[in-house]
Amino acid sequence: MTNSLIKRTEEVLLAPTALTSQILESILATVAGPQTDYADIFLQHSHTEGWVLENGVVRDAYFSLEHGAGLRVISGEQTGFAYTDNLSQQALQQVAGAAGSIVRMGMSGKVKPLVSTASAPLYTAENPILSWESEQKVALLQRLDAYTRALDPAVCEVSASLHAAHDNIMVAATDGTFGADIRPLVRFNVSVIVERNGRRERGSAGGGGRVTYDWLLEEGRVEAWAKEAVRIALLNLEAQAAPAGVFPVVLGPGWPGVLLHEAVGHGLEGDFNRKGTSVYAQQMGEMVASPLCTVVDDGTLAHRRGSLTIDDEGTPTQVNTLIENGRLVKYMQDKHNARLAGFEPTGNGRRESYAHLPMPRMTNTYMLPGNSDPAEILASLDKGVYAVNFGGGQVDITSGRFVFSTNEAYWVENGKIQYPVKGATLIGSGAEVMRSISMVGNDLALDSGVGVCGKDGQSVPVGVGQPSLRVDALTIGGTAS
Amino acid sequence: MTKLAPHANTTQVDVEQLKQQVNEILAEAERQGASAAAVNLGVSQGLSVEVRMGGVDTLEFHHNQGVSLTVYVGQRTGSASSTDTSPNSIKETVAAALAIAKHTGEDEANGLAPKELLAQADSLPALDLHHPWALSPEEAITLAQQVEQAGREDKRIVNSDGATVTSGFSVRAYGNTQGFVAAYPSTSHGMSCALVAEAKGEMQRDYYYHAHRNPAMLMAPEEVGAKAAERTLSRLGAKQPATGKWPVIFHAEVARGLLGHFISAISGGALYRKASFMLDRLDTPVFPEWVTLAEHPHLLQGPASAPFDSDGLPTRAQNFVEAGVLRSYVLSLYSSRRLGLAPTGNGGGVRNLALPAGDKNLAQLCEQMGTGILVTELMGQGVNALTGDYSRGAAGYWVENGVIAHPLEEFTVAGNLADMFMSIEAVGNDVDQRGGIHTGSLLLAPLTVAGA
Repeated sequence: MTNSLIKRTEEVLLAPTALTSQILESILATVAGPQTDYADIFLQHSHTEGWVLENGVVRDAYFSLEHGAGLRVISGEQTGFAYTDNLSQQALQQVAGAAGSIVRMGMSGKVKPLVSTASAPLYTAENPILSWESEQKVALLQRLDAYTRALDPAVCEVSASLHAAHDNIMVAATDGTFGADIRPLVRFNVSVIVERNGRRERGSAGGGGRVTYDWLLEEGRVEAWAKEAVRIALLNLEAQAAPAGVFPVVLGPGWPGVLLHEAVGHGLEGDFNRKGTSVYAQQMGEMVASPLCTVVDDGTLAHRRGSLTIDDEGTPTQVNTLIENGRLVKYMQDKHNARLAGFEPTGNGRRESYAHLPMPRMTNTYMLPGNSDPAEILASLDKGVYAVNFGGGQVDITSGRFVFSTNEAYWVENGKIQYPVKGATLIGSGAEVMRSISMVGNDLALDSGVGVCGKDGQSVPVGVGQPSLRVDALTIGGTAS
Repeated sequence: MTKLAPHANTTQVDVEQLKQQVNEILAEAERQGASAAAVNLGVSQGLSVEVRMGGVDTLEFHHNQGVSLTVYVGQRTGSASSTDTSPNSIKETVAAALAIAKHTGEDEANGLAPKELLAQADSLPALDLHHPWALSPEEAITLAQQVEQAGREDKRIVNSDGATVTSGFSVRAYGNTQGFVAAYPSTSHGMSCALVAEAKGEMQRDYYYHAHRNPAMLMAPEEVGAKAAERTLSRLGAKQPATGKWPVIFHAEVARGLLGHFISAISGGALYRKASFMLDRLDTPVFPEWVTLAEHPHLLQGPASAPFDSDGLPTRAQNFVEAGVLRSYVLSLYSSRRLGLAPTGNGGGVRNLALPAGDKNLAQLCEQMGTGILVTELMGQGVNALTGDYSRGAAGYWVENGVIAHPLEEFTVAGNLADMFMSIEAVGNDVDQRGGIHTGSLLLAPLTVAGA
């Protein structure tokens, strides 16, 4: 089966150094001895750029080119890994020798013939960096600077940035996998500082996806983010101290889905569960959340930041239901952990680059909508916090403790918003919090495309989402008694 | 055990050759029309092994190289980087940086340092940073196994998240068109261990690591494993503290982060963006009178030591805080120009910041506190650099009448950093030397703690 993505990436990744798929196959054969369960070569060529405006001037910008190949050999639970930034046959063979030292050398084995699999691309293959002239990029940032400053006289600092990447990847494996993908990624951010009566606060907003730059101009996106950044900053000027202690919390739709990413997402990654270090190990089939909760990890959403046509091991991404009506039904897997634990790969094998080993990682993780009207959920709060937007979070997957920090939240009494509260960290135990979700809204929303997930020092783009929901008890780390 | 190939990592990088390459890149930048340029060239290689439950989990060979350059065309600038240092790629990288510099705006603060401010490339301080370790993969695996085995002796350690041994070597070369070119090699080696303990259905994980530029100075593998086990076991039986106001000790490991927030707040970038809660605080008290914060960039074998900064300026020992008063900001060349001040040799940050040790050990610090909380772990990003508002997830221990009573988890500590710095009552002598900020544990006046 021919695959136009394979053809296009062959031109970028193989042709310049006279590599062919046959050569990749022959290199894999040198490490495919009887002790080798699996081996793969991952080739990558990526361009990234960034343009940053501050103080009214685009004063610096960068362009970067990265290419190389990583070769991994797996024998039982052991992985040997080496990489090179040189895509010549000789360099790849050296890397194979180093990675292959994990198994006995000198016995070539059989590699399944490489068969390219065609998956329908979820995004354009066009290079976003080339989709606009530099003048257009600078002009957008300058226009946004003026637009943002005019929104409110309290705005005193504006910074805005544009980032884009264009990633060509190819993976060939001893199980016959031969896949390729071309991945665009665009991200815009605007951040403001406002000052009034000697008090200063910041607000920021942004978004992006696997798109070209034109997407930013559609539907007034950049203007909406500028307004959002100013709105959050002005709101925080009025914020009072957040409470300290345990309260019911209503979470807004969209980015607050970072709750799911931390509270259950990481804990359901296959490596932690194979090793038994996750609080969710041995819990397959058990009720781990309120019956109102169905949580999916979905790598197949068109143009989303967390989406992938194929993962970094060549497995097509899927819609994986992880928790169904409160019951744990699936872990996220890469090939290595799936094989050892007796599961199927789920299209979650991801790596930051050729210089990093793949691991089970999330793509776009969200909760399916429920039946409650969001207004009704807010009205249910007697005394508590309504948290509309968050910064980042973190989790300890062994104890299940997780945190996330608000940057737009309100104190609510008798179902009515009283006043905005300052940013505070919320802490809970994943299992307890998921069980104490008592209302789920009908307003599912996904985030605007800003998520970065870090694990073992590797960063990958992800998405999150959720409908409005009520958690009956969370510890709020404010300063007000 | 499977037989391993010889160490793939024996290539020596020629420092002089890297300097030559920097000169060639600078010449290419000038040839293509840059009025000035600066180049960073780095090569690093290393080995890391991870052992889990006695068996090899991963064996990784690292080799990275990259060039990054900044070009100037008058007061405009552009940057580009590449992992490909072949002559053709260098030409393209230079061209990419210059293409960007056509579109960026003029900025008077841009530009290289004048010659007289640059470090003397031929008489850089010798910092003793280069201690190669002839460590074969087999030896690394054996060491990691020793680490993990020591960690798993106690029966309550039911699982392991792996023990790792790493060894790395790198060369950093920097040059600019003012005639400055310098390069120096350094090494870093480390061991770590992460374990899981279980009792009564409760699982807890913790870890310990040690790292040093000199392998002879590394902790014994058994000690690393034993420390990891001790820390993991001590977390079993954790409870939530009651919500309230309690004095808090930030253990040396997390006290580093607290001082890190201070350094960020007095750094030029945050100041010229007016995004710091330490704005306009120069020559005012920001810590109690007994506090001095000094930088020691020339510490021999120091984890963050460097002979020159990212602008090619000499690094220097200096005090940022004297007798509690903020005496200097942390400035790169660019930020110093933006603020109209002299640069402080801090392009790329502060190198080996130290708060001198007090005379009490951690137990004595707990006695001084009486009843309160010892924080050993912080989670999340709840720090507002603009206002100093601080709210983070934490784990640690409940201290009752000066003695550790039981572990704590799932709570937050909150306050405002400016107040917290002023309220430091004592520093311990248990200085953590492993990173770029060296401090003992810090005892602070009561903070708001949210728990059960």
